[in-house]
Amino acid sequence: MSVLTHRRTSLRVPTRSMHMVERNVMAYRHNWIVIVSGFFEPVLYLLGIGFGLGSLVPAVSTGGHTVSYAVFVAPALMATSAMNGAVYESTSNFFYKLRYAKTFEAVIQTPVGVEDAAMGEVIWAVIRGCLYSIGFVVIMQALGLIASPWGSVLSVLAALLIGFAFAALGTAITTFMRQWQDHEIVTLALQPMFLFSATFFPISVYPPVLQAFVEVTPLYRSIHLIRGLTTGQIDAGLLVDVLYLVLLGLVGLAVASLRLRRRLLK
Amino acid sequence: MGDSNSLILARQLTKRFGDLTAVDGIDFEVAKGEAFGFLGPNGAGKTSTMRMIGGVSPVTSGLLTIFGLDPAQHGPTIRARLGVVPQADTLDLELTVRENLIIYSRYFDLSWREGARRADELLEFVQLQERAKDKVDELSGGMKRRLTIARALINSPELLLLDEPTTGLDPQARHLVWDRLYRLKQRGVTLVLTTHYMDEAEQLCDRLVVMDKARIAAEGSPRELIDKFSTREVLELRFPIDEQPPLDGKLNDIAERIEVLPDRVLLYTGDGDEAIAAVHRRGLRPETALVRRSTLEDVFLRLTGRSLVD
Amino acid sequence: MALMAGTIHVVEYNALVFRRIWRGSIAVSFFTPLFFLAAMGIGLGSLVNRSSGGVNGVPYLDFLAPGLIAAACMQTGAVEATYPILAKIMWDKTYEAVLATPVTIADLLRGEVVWNTIRMCIVATMFWVVMFLFGVGHSLEALLAIPASILTGLAFATPIMAFTATRRNDSGFAAINRFIIIPLYLLGGTFFPIAKLPLALQAVAWATPLAHGVALTRGVVLGNLTSTEAVMHVLVPLAYFVAGLLIARALLLKRLAK
Repeated sequence: MSVLTHRRTSLRVPTRSMHMVERNVMAYRHNWIVIVSGFFEPVLYLLGIGFGLGSLVPAVSTGGHTVSYAVFVAPALMATSAMNGAVYESTSNFFYKLRYAKTFEAVIQTPVGVEDAAMGEVIWAVIRGCLYSIGFVVIMQALGLIASPWGSVLSVLAALLIGFAFAALGTAITTFMRQWQDHEIVTLALQPMFLFSATFFPISVYPPVLQAFVEVTPLYRSIHLIRGLTTGQIDAGLLVDVLYLVLLGLVGLAVASLRLRRRLLK
Repeated sequence: MGDSNSLILARQLTKRFGDLTAVDGIDFEVAKGEAFGFLGPNGAGKTSTMRMIGGVSPVTSGLLTIFGLDPAQHGPTIRARLGVVPQADTLDLELTVRENLIIYSRYFDLSWREGARRADELLEFVQLQERAKDKVDELSGGMKRRLTIARALINSPELLLLDEPTTGLDPQARHLVWDRLYRLKQRGVTLVLTTHYMDEAEQLCDRLVVMDKARIAAEGSPRELIDKFSTREVLELRFPIDEQPPLDGKLNDIAERIEVLPDRVLLYTGDGDEAIAAVHRRGLRPETALVRRSTLEDVFLRLTGRSLVD
Repeated sequence: MALMAGTIHVVEYNALVFRRIWRGSIAVSFFTPLFFLAAMGIGLGSLVNRSSGGVNGVPYLDFLAPGLIAAACMQTGAVEATYPILAKIMWDKTYEAVLATPVTIADLLRGEVVWNTIRMCIVATMFWVVMFLFGVGHSLEALLAIPASILTGLAFATPIMAFTATRRNDSGFAAINRFIIIPLYLLGGTFFPIAKLPLALQAVAWATPLAHGVALTRGVVLGNLTSTEAVMHVLVPLAYFVAGLLIARALLLKRLAK
């Protein structure tokens, strides 16, 4: 163990991580349907939740404005989609590679190190999330749910950040998993977060104490960010969202690297 | 200090997993261009040693240098010049045979074009060109092993580490692998392998260490080891079960050494035929008597009191 | 009965494996409905009830809860029919080991179906309890929500098992989730009436077992189902279940008997 402490710590820039991305692209070439079908989701959610539920709830008031239900819920769905894509890729897929496919055992025997591998997986998860987000924005724009073209561009960037934060978090969590059913823990945390982060109804529905609690959770911050950008309600609160997500990502990355190193180099 | 021709140098190399000592203060050196073997039964510490050399397992204590470099400080540099054929297959199941080689070349920062060229070259070397576009899980065990060897060569390594390269392969596959390894040796690639097969050790290795229970029991070329720890010939006697006569000293002066095994008696001697005659003169009637040359198995038996295959 | 012995052993095996994780699973089965009913039933429900007076006069919570039970069983039935089974066929090679014993492939299938049913039963019962605690379904008839949703889940479980039997890797599972489970979940009548969909999509929805399962479950909880409707809503999922079972049997036989 003394050998490990002599090593410089792992926040150096991993230059070989792109090779993991290359590997994933190569693998998905056999499986491109999965990627393409991902564009299917935004349409579904917007239809089902935005317009389906919207048929039951004509208008919502948020931040002083009144908007249609679809306009209210669409950015929340986009943020969630960015989160889900990143989390799915960094948990299910990653765990599969770690536990069953032993994809990383081979990689660490090359100059690509453990940090590069972890970073590469995160980058890949972010890329996938990004693709879905662009799809989402295109559809939202087409349906007239975004206030301005700037909103579209900025929300894609925001989705990238959200993807990064959750991918790092997801990868870190996966390094603690021992068996397939450990996913229940991820679902256990993700589900209430999804439901309660002012996704389907404004945060004003809550008593103040609960509001304060919700405001420190990552999905709420992500939704707040994108909703602000798509509805054109830009204020300092958005900066808080950005800082929060950046920090979350960096912490997740550090933990993931450390854990992966321990797990693979025994 | 090792001489400048040492590719690998180990002094008091130790690996512990908690309370378990897998490798206990071993010393060895591997010179450039030789085929070096770790021979020993399962659990001797061979794989742990290989993983340390390959830089995927941190050294607990002691000195280990590869190409004169410390794996803890210069991991990526060392790994760029190594090729590793691990014991368990770690091929990428989501990629085809050819893609496995190409992506591996990328991990070594080769260009796509160079990687593709090397991939095709190596597929021919291990005779898998026909299967280039197949998914990996369609291959037989022997083919997967050949692919792993091809992959280990993608970066034209100076040093090739092979952990039990032919375990689990049928005889034909084994011979193909040996042949390829022999050709590599001729090209000047340094080979380090672990095995528990004595024939593999005898065929491939210039020098060996015999490992048992985390330690090195002996070192030398196969020939040297046999000469030193065994006699030229061995007489194997089998008696009918339950009829093995009490030997107490009866056979002592026939042979230099005697090993009594559960199912046979081994008489180590310089002249097998003379020994058979002597056995008969003493009035013993074995069921079978076989004279053979000494092997590394006998060396191992002498050194540890156990056989290589448990 | 010797006929059931093999099946029972398969169930026992699954139960044994489940023992390691049952606490987490039960917890999830309890908290999921709790969260959903709180957030969607009450939180979103307040918006719905305020704007439209509920769904056709029914408070949103009462409308949503039974639909969610059926949907939850669909999801459980589907998930349990994918990864765990493929794992036993391919990665852990459990089936290979089991088939070396007197247990037959038919036993395996039956056992997996029974086990899946048990899992769904746990999910449905927990959901029913939470629903009850929220003040919905306080009638004897409402207990029928449990078998109704189990039937819904089974209608998905067996066809998906058949699909799993043909798989060499898990990529198809994501497709199933994306193209079947999620769309149905969102548009299959759980969150809003199917009548709000465009006509073409309504027709597609009614062709699936979920729509019927949701209608059946909602019907027994709210007590507003006619006998004809009930029969139809039972028959459609049943048909899917039986067809799936037969196909799964054939495909598993082909896959495992080598």
